Amino acid sequence: MSASDAFMGKAERHALVTPVLDNNPIGVQVLGICSALAVTTRLDKALVMSVAVVIVIAFASLAVSLIRNHTPSSIRIIVQLTIIASLVIVVDQFLKAYLFELSLELSVFIGLIITNCIVMGRAEGFAMQNPPWLSMLDGIGNGLGYGLVLVLVALARELFGAGRVFGVQVLPLVQDGGWYEPNGLTLLAPSALFLVALLIWALRTWKPKLQEKD
Amino acid sequence: MPKLDSTRYTILFAAAVCIVCALVVSLAAVGLSSRQEENARLYMQKNVLLAAGLLTPDQQPSTAELLRIFDESIEIGLIDIATGAKVAPAGIDPKSYDPRKARNDPGLSRPAPPNNAGLLRLPNTGIVYYVKGPKGVEQVVLPIMGGGMWGMLSGFIALDRDGNTVRGLTFYEQKETPGLGAEIGNPKWQALWQGRKAYDASFTPKLAVIKGVAGPPDKDPHRVDGLSGATITGNAVSRLVAFWFSDNGYGPYLKLFRQGAAT
Repeated sequence: MSASDAFMGKAERHALVTPVLDNNPIGVQVLGICSALAVTTRLDKALVMSVAVVIVIAFASLAVSLIRNHTPSSIRIIVQLTIIASLVIVVDQFLKAYLFELSLELSVFIGLIITNCIVMGRAEGFAMQNPPWLSMLDGIGNGLGYGLVLVLVALARELFGAGRVFGVQVLPLVQDGGWYEPNGLTLLAPSALFLVALLIWALRTWKPKLQEKD
Repeated sequence: MPKLDSTRYTILFAAAVCIVCALVVSLAAVGLSSRQEENARLYMQKNVLLAAGLLTPDQQPSTAELLRIFDESIEIGLIDIATGAKVAPAGIDPKSYDPRKARNDPGLSRPAPPNNAGLLRLPNTGIVYYVKGPKGVEQVVLPIMGGGMWGMLSGFIALDRDGNTVRGLTFYEQKETPGLGAEIGNPKWQALWQGRKAYDASFTPKLAVIKGVAGPPDKDPHRVDGLSGATITGNAVSRLVAFWFSDNGYGPYLKLFRQGAAT
């Protein structure tokens, strides 16, 4: 195996790409739903949340994998949690320093990344058995898979709920003299549940091998 | 290689993980704190402008623009809270003075009189923001604070030149329940305060958040709609507003302000 293969070989590419669609954490494993409902009313919020989750999963998986051969198995979960929690606090501090007003709205949900099943799941299910670089790529891939769903749901919710994309008015609203009557339901949490369900349906129709046999 | 499952190794390993994580977290917190404080100060200034209606909630001004509007239209005044008189204490720079921090300094504050707004100490010196217009002072923006459901609420209330009609209200720091009490940060709810009256005809503080829906400001001037699921937060806001308009709060100052003597 050459040096470039070790850096981005078949296994590495597989770890990075499969979680985005074929093994999407929300679409296939149905993890991390709670935050997907909460932060998807606006695209900017969803995007910042996605980036935060990508960073946290990537570095949590890297750190967990680096010390995997030295971690006593009796305390491995709490060690993973300590690492994840520390990373989440660091990300939160950065948001407060650089995206202050967005952080006021997101703060609660950033804190809840600690309990996001995807992060713990990748640390315990992948990083504990695999080398650091591969684990980090797997983390980034899962974060991107999560982010993809978040951004799609947020796009639909912001567009149909407020007629906007990234805060820019695309569909002129009736109350401002336009023609679009905003759909208030899409701004409420239940709509995200429907949208996530529709996405899961679409994904499994497109890739029938993801359907479970019962 | 030590045995991974020995108690000694496990404890040492746990300690090492904690130390490294604590180091990373404190480095981030200390390294970014000056930027965060700067952001918090700007956000406070932005809220003064929001309360006064000089900015609308939809506007996203740049930092430079925000400071320009603030410098152009706001004049900072210092008052003695107990008497309401204008003061200029030595050693206090109006630009950087924060009455909330002064509350922790025994030299700059005193124990608060008994109150139900959750305030233990009051600053001796208060800060007020005058909104200047072509015809002189048009509004005054007053900082308000008090205990909420989970932590302190800090905000601003803007009063018209009559020292009675509310022009706007904001909360810039609060730890209320997201989706319920935290709706006091919602501009739509804050807009309900505009046009209400702080005092009744005999200048007794009257303004309060009620349970249910209040009428329009001209028919129902002393009541504001409650927030469903947030009775405790609503009551906390009522109490702190009542406290700050009472004689223990800005009462003496507003009396002078109405006579036109305070500016």
